[in-house]
Amino acid sequence: MVTDTHLYAAATPEIFMACAAMVLLMLGVFRGDGDTRLVSWLAVAAMAVAFALVWMMPGERVITFSGGFIVDGFANFAKLLILLAAAIGLIMSMGYVRAEKMERFEFPVLILLATLGMMMMVSANDLISLYMGLEIQSLALYVVAAIKRDSHRSSEAGLKYFVLGALSSGMLLYGCSMIYGFSGSTNFQAIAAHVGESGQISVGLIVGIAFLTAGLAFKVSAVPFHMWTPDVYEGAPTPITAFFAVAPKIAAIVLFMRAMIAPFAEATADWQQIVVFISMASMVLGAFAAIWQTNIKRLMAYSSIGHIGFALMGLAAGTADGVRATLVYMAIYLFMNVGTFAAILCMRRREGMVEGIQDLAGLDRNDRPMALALLIFMFSMAGVPAAAGFFGKFYVFMAAVDAGLYGLAVVGVLASVVAAFYYLRIVKIMYFDDPAEPFVKPIGPEMKVILTVTSLFVVFFAVYPAPLLEGAQAAAAALMP
Amino acid sequence: MIIAGITFYALAAVAVAAGLMVISARNPVHSVLFLILTFFTAAGLFVLMGAEFLAMILVVVYVGAVAVLFLFVVMMLDVDFVQLREGFLQYLPVGGIIGLVMLVELILILGTAVGSPEISAGKAGVPIPAVEEVSNTKALGQVIYTKYVYVFQAAGMLLLIAMVGAIVLTLRARPGVRKQSIAAQVGRSREDSVEVRKVEPGQGV
Repeated sequence: MVTDTHLYAAATPEIFMACAAMVLLMLGVFRGDGDTRLVSWLAVAAMAVAFALVWMMPGERVITFSGGFIVDGFANFAKLLILLAAAIGLIMSMGYVRAEKMERFEFPVLILLATLGMMMMVSANDLISLYMGLEIQSLALYVVAAIKRDSHRSSEAGLKYFVLGALSSGMLLYGCSMIYGFSGSTNFQAIAAHVGESGQISVGLIVGIAFLTAGLAFKVSAVPFHMWTPDVYEGAPTPITAFFAVAPKIAAIVLFMRAMIAPFAEATADWQQIVVFISMASMVLGAFAAIWQTNIKRLMAYSSIGHIGFALMGLAAGTADGVRATLVYMAIYLFMNVGTFAAILCMRRREGMVEGIQDLAGLDRNDRPMALALLIFMFSMAGVPAAAGFFGKFYVFMAAVDAGLYGLAVVGVLASVVAAFYYLRIVKIMYFDDPAEPFVKPIGPEMKVILTVTSLFVVFFAVYPAPLLEGAQAAAAALMP
Repeated sequence: MIIAGITFYALAAVAVAAGLMVISARNPVHSVLFLILTFFTAAGLFVLMGAEFLAMILVVVYVGAVAVLFLFVVMMLDVDFVQLREGFLQYLPVGGIIGLVMLVELILILGTAVGSPEISAGKAGVPIPAVEEVSNTKALGQVIYTKYVYVFQAAGMLLLIAMVGAIVLTLRARPGVRKQSIAAQVGRSREDSVEVRKVEPGQGV
């Protein structure tokens, strides 16, 4: 029997998160929905503690739980991003939850559990633990999407997400079973050893990889498995959309990289073409389909599909530089998206939330700081030089060119030019159109802080990019020594 | 050996026949009862293969929970099954094609297993001891809290989320529902509820 109990400490952040979620659940049950705010802040505090625990982890690689759980620089980097995104997402949701009278203490608990699932995903070292992490995350998110039960659209979003998510889990499991069947193990290192020693990869294994990729592409909402994204983004309550757009995407893309590179590094040529196709299709669809959108949440959905395409470009390169580029891209994506959604959450009129792009008309004259912040995020997403988004794109393009994927890089550049159109259209509407009715002001101090910090990050990333780049470098080195 | 063979064929025949009855019985309650019979015979087949744990789980989970749940649904929801069954035969072509595809897939899988023996060579992580040495309940018990403690606990978290989710989505305060208040009932006095009136003859109340 394998005994690695002394290494269980490597999972301290996860164990802490699980315990915290259960304690908060009990607290919520006994105190009732009136104390949702308290439970929310405690959940944020739990994430902060988990953040500190991950931060203090030694950098070396530990594999424990009989090979099912891995902690290395790569996983830790991803966990820090996830915890940051989740905590900010939860803070952003509080004002909305109160204003819309959907105070349920289960909401922060479910977000906490979803975050736990994401942390388990990025630490997965086995097909079984990969699946368990993914399901914990997804199941909590299905519920959260439908949490506004009395809203028709929220219920529809939850149901759609659930049915399609279950379908993708089925595909993923099918792929896992094929991989297990043809390699004889579910452990990533054992699969890698099998692939390495047999030299040539069998057809069954390729079918398994294809299905695994399909399942994972679904979770990151990459074309051709993106259909659920716009509907779910539009239907779910806005702070939940903001959460969906960031933390789960980071977790899924990191898991995607781990599941391709850890077991199948020797078979890069076989999965590379799939990822290249997914990446290309996502960038093109994200660029063109967003042009006709009138709802800003739908626009953000297509924008996130496009961004995932760019991020996958780094994985398609299949090199340590590519992995680093993807991690940097996702970190910048976190700040841009959190900031944009913070602005969307401030789009409130007297009659309720508004989501139309035309509602932003003349924002510059009504609310200059918010218009400026949105301008910064839109420039960054479009990839205008000097904004953070430009550097994200620059690194993935460099990685793709270095790996010889010229076609992919060309498509990427063209797609980002097309995408710039709709980002800049928002800027035009904000600055040059006749002012619409102004939004009501009280956006809360936490929103102001989030908007300020994210926009400052996006503007000044170029001045001092070293910490992020070095962190991503170390993380990539941990995945691909 | 012969007895095992006879038992197998008897159980298999009952399972197939009961399975057919599930989809062809006119009364939905009968369908569910035949479903239970199918589960039981399948459990018998598992015992025959030496998989007693699976057999037990099949009876406990499927018969005990799932089938009874079906029964509840069938009895409590007013579904018009006769109407549902109309045009049933028009699904036959599609169903037939799907069945055929599944059959071909099964044959392919069996063919691969025969054709490339390295798959069925048993390279699983845990070496499988003979049934005589370790029963499979015991084998499961040996790994589930040790080797697989992580995924086992994760599965526990998953079920917790499922439970919380089900409660979040279904439990809500509904206005206008009359609830029984025992305290109010007990606290009622004669004066609250009975009034004596003098009725004049021939005039009514």
